[in-house]
Amino acid sequence: MSGSTIIFYLLAAFILLNGLLAVTTRHIFRAAIYLLFSLIGIAGIYFWLQYEFIAAVQIVVYVGGIVVLIIFSIFLTQQSGQELPKQKLGRIVFSALAAFCGFALIMLQVYQHTFTATTEQPVEASVANIGNQMLGTSDHGYALPFEVVSMLLLAAMVGCIVIAMRTPKEISDHKL
Amino acid sequence: MQIGLNHLLFLSTALFFIGIYGFFTRKNLVTILMSVELVLNSVNLNFIAFNKYLWPNRLDGVFFTVFIIAIAAAEAAVAIAIIINLYRSHQSIDVEKAEELKY
Repeated sequence: MSGSTIIFYLLAAFILLNGLLAVTTRHIFRAAIYLLFSLIGIAGIYFWLQYEFIAAVQIVVYVGGIVVLIIFSIFLTQQSGQELPKQKLGRIVFSALAAFCGFALIMLQVYQHTFTATTEQPVEASVANIGNQMLGTSDHGYALPFEVVSMLLLAAMVGCIVIAMRTPKEISDHKL
Repeated sequence: MQIGLNHLLFLSTALFFIGIYGFFTRKNLVTILMSVELVLNSVNLNFIAFNKYLWPNRLDGVFFTVFIIAIAAAEAAVAIAIIINLYRSHQSIDVEKAEELKY
């Protein structure tokens, strides 16, 4: 067993343990922290696979952005220290059963299928290669999806502001 | 023993169904959002694993992952705006309390 294998198993156990705790703990703030550790573990897997750019994006966007946003929304909407109500046992049992059955079905398919890898020369996933292809307009260029995503982000930003904004009536009520 | 594609697929499938389990059992909208993030991350892991082990001569999996991360960020922002709006009108973000459209 090489060091690389041991690191993979440690990272996988870390991710799954923290993910499991994130969906089962009854303290909502702790759930956010467990989710944070799970996402950091996934960034570790990307580093392990030598996709350093994706790992950096994962840390910046998920750990630095989305988890902080989730923690802010917890502060805005929850009474701190309050535990979530207990779930019915039947619901827990049936959800676990459904999740396990789905997992078993997918893994059965995966182990029965033989994947054939390409034999061509691998391309290094460096930032220069990724950038050139992402903004390329020739074959296999991703310039059009890039522009579409930028429009989507703009629309989402405007949508967020409109949804979370108070209506003029609420503001005038607040002032009185 | 060499780590192969199947190990990574096991990890991502397990993470996916942990997210699904959370989606089924949770009632609070913020925790449901966390489960969705877990599911999206498992999908990203899948794309990266296939790119690494099956098509190392291309970068398509990397691009799909980058776009999914961007869309997930937009989705989380919109979802949190909706959650805050719901809290303002219902004083609660429990999905069972928001049932005006049910009957």
